Amino acid sequence: MNAAHSTELDALFGNYPLDQAFDEMRRRDGELRPQYRALAETLAGLPADELHRRKQSADLSFLTQGITFTVYGRDEGTERIFPYDLLPRIVTAQEWERIEKGLTQRITALNLFLRDVYSDAKILADHVIPRDLVYSCKHYRRPMKGLQVPRNVYVGVVGSDLLRLNTGEFVVLEDNLRVPSGVSYMLTNRRVMKRTFPQLFNSYGVRPVEHYPQLLLATLRSLAPEGRPEPNIVLLTPGVFNSAYFEHTYLARQMGIDLVEGRDLVTHDNIVYMRTTDGLKRVDVIYRRVDDDFSDPLIFRSDSSLGCAGLFNAYRAGNVTVSNAFGTGLADDKAIYAYVPRMIKYYLDEDPILNNVETFLLGEDKERRHVLANLDKLVVKAVGESGGYGMLIGPHSTAKQREEFARAIEANPRNYIAQPTLDFSRAPCFIGDKLEPRHVDLRPYILYGDKINIVPGGLTRVALERGSLVVNSSQGGGSKDTWVLDS
Amino acid sequence: MLSRVADSLYWMSRYLERAENTVRQLDVTMNLMLDTGPDQLEARWLRMVAGLGKQVGMVWNGSLEDMAYNMVFDSSEPASVIYCVNGARENARQVREEISTEQWQRLNRLFHHINSPQAQDQFRADASELMASIVDGMYLFKGTTDTTMIHGQGWQFIRLGRYLERAYATATLLEVNQPQLFQPSADERSEYSYLELVGLLRSCTSFEAYCQVYTADLSPDRVLEFLLLNRDFPHAIRYCIDGAHEATDAIQRSGGRRSPDELTASIGRLHAMLGFTSIREVLHGDPAAFLHAIREQCLHIHELIYRHYVQYSIQSALAV
Repeated sequence: MNAAHSTELDALFGNYPLDQAFDEMRRRDGELRPQYRALAETLAGLPADELHRRKQSADLSFLTQGITFTVYGRDEGTERIFPYDLLPRIVTAQEWERIEKGLTQRITALNLFLRDVYSDAKILADHVIPRDLVYSCKHYRRPMKGLQVPRNVYVGVVGSDLLRLNTGEFVVLEDNLRVPSGVSYMLTNRRVMKRTFPQLFNSYGVRPVEHYPQLLLATLRSLAPEGRPEPNIVLLTPGVFNSAYFEHTYLARQMGIDLVEGRDLVTHDNIVYMRTTDGLKRVDVIYRRVDDDFSDPLIFRSDSSLGCAGLFNAYRAGNVTVSNAFGTGLADDKAIYAYVPRMIKYYLDEDPILNNVETFLLGEDKERRHVLANLDKLVVKAVGESGGYGMLIGPHSTAKQREEFARAIEANPRNYIAQPTLDFSRAPCFIGDKLEPRHVDLRPYILYGDKINIVPGGLTRVALERGSLVVNSSQGGGSKDTWVLDS
Repeated sequence: MLSRVADSLYWMSRYLERAENTVRQLDVTMNLMLDTGPDQLEARWLRMVAGLGKQVGMVWNGSLEDMAYNMVFDSSEPASVIYCVNGARENARQVREEISTEQWQRLNRLFHHINSPQAQDQFRADASELMASIVDGMYLFKGTTDTTMIHGQGWQFIRLGRYLERAYATATLLEVNQPQLFQPSADERSEYSYLELVGLLRSCTSFEAYCQVYTADLSPDRVLEFLLLNRDFPHAIRYCIDGAHEATDAIQRSGGRRSPDELTASIGRLHAMLGFTSIREVLHGDPAAFLHAIREQCLHIHELIYRHYVQYSIQSALAV
């Protein structure tokens, strides 16, 4: 890098703080990490307002493409673009190799766990996981017991959230085994990125992610009921008011399959049909983006009209595949999470490649006492919640919030877990006209059909508020493109 | 294709056609009202509202600019342009996977354009220009639809919606305006009725096309003949019904498991009626009743489309 560039880079960085947290771009001494050097040079070489211009053009492109999500609790139909940061997050080939192996191992074990619990429940009989922890989970689905699932695959699509600790190590914060979302942002971010920095992208040797829809389709096809060689595959969405509706339409279009709502489906003699202009057409595989609770009013919540009455019985009869299976939320329960390393050992006889975050189970007296005494240092989460709801972040909380949580924990300890407040990694983001560090996580998407496939990269989510640790889009998070390098 | 999707495409198309019709009539009326005496303003405005098929709403408040502004931007008013554009976009959003990305982007841009504060400023500054830009957005969408979408069932439902809406709108416009055309009140001077005739043609973008067929010699009979029975002009009712007829035919051929006998008969009857009627016969009888009958039949066809393709009973479908 020449001297002129380095002054411009200094101007861009301003007083960019570096401390004990891992910075994705720079080492603690301020030196750039090697994989970020070319990016930094490009940034330094751009005229001051050029970044701004590119950012605006990217934002506009998101808006006209309708890449928006719906914010709950506001006027119906409030649409926002998902905030997007121009700078990519770069993952080296070595780092990725470890992530890929670790996730493959982890998802294999989780799937075996689901199969076990919903059949013989050996892991419970062997006292590796406490029985009551499983049966008290609100996502445990008794109707799934003894049901034969195609290829024994319960989780066709998984999105696991990874963090990088200040040692540089990636750890798993949680697994999303129900209806993980966000993959459309991974795909559109990449498209916008290629338009924003074409030469840079080209020179980097980034592994592609664009084939994800094709892989997803192949995965769904491999799970079709036997005897249906040309399966009719559909994507079931809760409808236009769901926050991830854009994603549902995007994936359906990219895969060339029909996007159906519950009201499009009918069941007759345990066969699922969709209403078409040419009469009823049989449905073989449903990629389900509707939660268990809302999927079938006859089995689950009877007040829901988002799903299809009779769907579960058709599923039980083996006439239709639903992916992910019902009841998979059991394995992403935040209390069960604490046992995943033991599951890996139990089913695969291996040591976990990716570690968990240290987790306190509040059902155990000793751990609960420790947590209650240290609420101001810990993060407390409700086990069945996702999307950053039902959370207490100790260091950022008020005494009143802590008191409320303490009371809720005492009332129902099974419902909460606690974890240390993690100083997870930060990456530079383009904020105003400077680079500032923001906390980031990484959600890779894992597809499980006849084998496990992970597209290199995933969605890097960014906590856009300075110092914030919450990256969820529903809580003001944004995203970045993630570049996994070839070599 | 899914029934719900067909329904949304059909309505997306109808809404856009309706918005376009409203913009055009509004533009023409505002222009005509420059030549209208102050005591006639309200009557002229009400005639336009009636020509848009609205019985209620849009009560005259004395200020043309205000009224026109509401007609474009009042999203709580179902007759307004913005309401129709929002409706079209909402329908498109529900079938986002069925239409092409290019189509969606055009429509989405139109939606953001008309919903932006700049559009309102622009309207205050130069209403005609703003309305022209909205119509441009619609033309772009239609062109994109024809060039980027598979010409399968979905496209045919879009055509069906467009032509039924347009036939209905033109029939309504003619029905409301025909008393003025044939019995100009005594105090109306002839240049006014000339302007009115030009306005009527412009409301259907057909002034230039008319001149090509009949020269600029405007007469009420010929105007009615042109807008009602011309075979080649896309805003003439006959052309629209021919189009709708083709579209239902194509839809039926692409499915083929169940045949919509009643629908085929109804649209075939209207198609034949317009194809084998001369303007002399219409004028000799009761033109208002003739136009009214066309509207009634359009409504009936709409119902049959629903009954056959969208809201059929499961028993009837399983029986096939």
